[in-house]
Amino acid sequence: MHKDSDSKVLFGFWVYLMTDCMLFGTLFATYAVLQNNINGGPSGAQIFNLPYALAETLIILTSSFTSGLALLSGANSKKNQVLFWFGITFLLGAAFVGMELREFLHLIGDGNGPQKSAFLSAFFTLVGTHGLHISVGLFWMLVLLIPVWRHGMTPVSFRRLSCLKLFWHFLDIIWIFIFTFVYLAGGANG
Amino acid sequence: MGSLKSYVTGFVLSLCLTLLSFFTVTYKILSGWQLLGAISIFATYQAITQLFLFLHVGQGEKPRWNLIFFVYMGFILAIILLGSLWVMNHLDYRMMGT
Repeated sequence: MHKDSDSKVLFGFWVYLMTDCMLFGTLFATYAVLQNNINGGPSGAQIFNLPYALAETLIILTSSFTSGLALLSGANSKKNQVLFWFGITFLLGAAFVGMELREFLHLIGDGNGPQKSAFLSAFFTLVGTHGLHISVGLFWMLVLLIPVWRHGMTPVSFRRLSCLKLFWHFLDIIWIFIFTFVYLAGGANG
Repeated sequence: MGSLKSYVTGFVLSLCLTLLSFFTVTYKILSGWQLLGAISIFATYQAITQLFLFLHVGQGEKPRWNLIFFVYMGFILAIILLGSLWVMNHLDYRMMGT
């Protein structure tokens, strides 16, 4: 019976992820429409640093991988392994958010903030929404890991961490498309 | 829940595809629509890899509701994306003279 209610929770969470996908879809559509409206400001090719974006991509991909490993250890109720792999996932996620904030601050410092052009408004909205999701995921991870650290792995913790892991993989998949269609496609046009 | 093998395979494949699209762009191997097409295929292939090997789509029991919702989402997404691009580009084309 317990397992049955678990699968319902995971299915409900999956439906949420699909709606979140539609949110990102509309932001991608907005970006695709506005990406050439630079209003005398810089184009993507002038402001995107491709090796920097590649580093972000590798970081988020690795953290997606380690979150999977964390849950594999969770299935065997190995508390320390769960904490270790989620700890690495957390650090990588935090490094990703840090790199993204640095990029944003750099752009705004150069006068290329979201108010500069329609292209930059769409860029900040799309990439910023993704970064916000990652930040919320990091906070959620901390909230879930504290009881694991204090009381060990329980079926309830495992179910919650399973949802978090779905969320984390999902954000990595969104990032693949941001990396490809925003950074690579934008950078290649120069 | 998947196995260690599925995660490692997914990770290695994703890594290769990421580097492949990165170097296709930085070494300017292709350009224009060909480039966009190639990196779109790499991204889509990587997303599918991760859907199956990380998220294990369609591996549950019973009717595969997860998969059905996913396909429905893809359908809506296609309407939003292609529809927006089509309408806005057509508008651009008609406003050319002004």
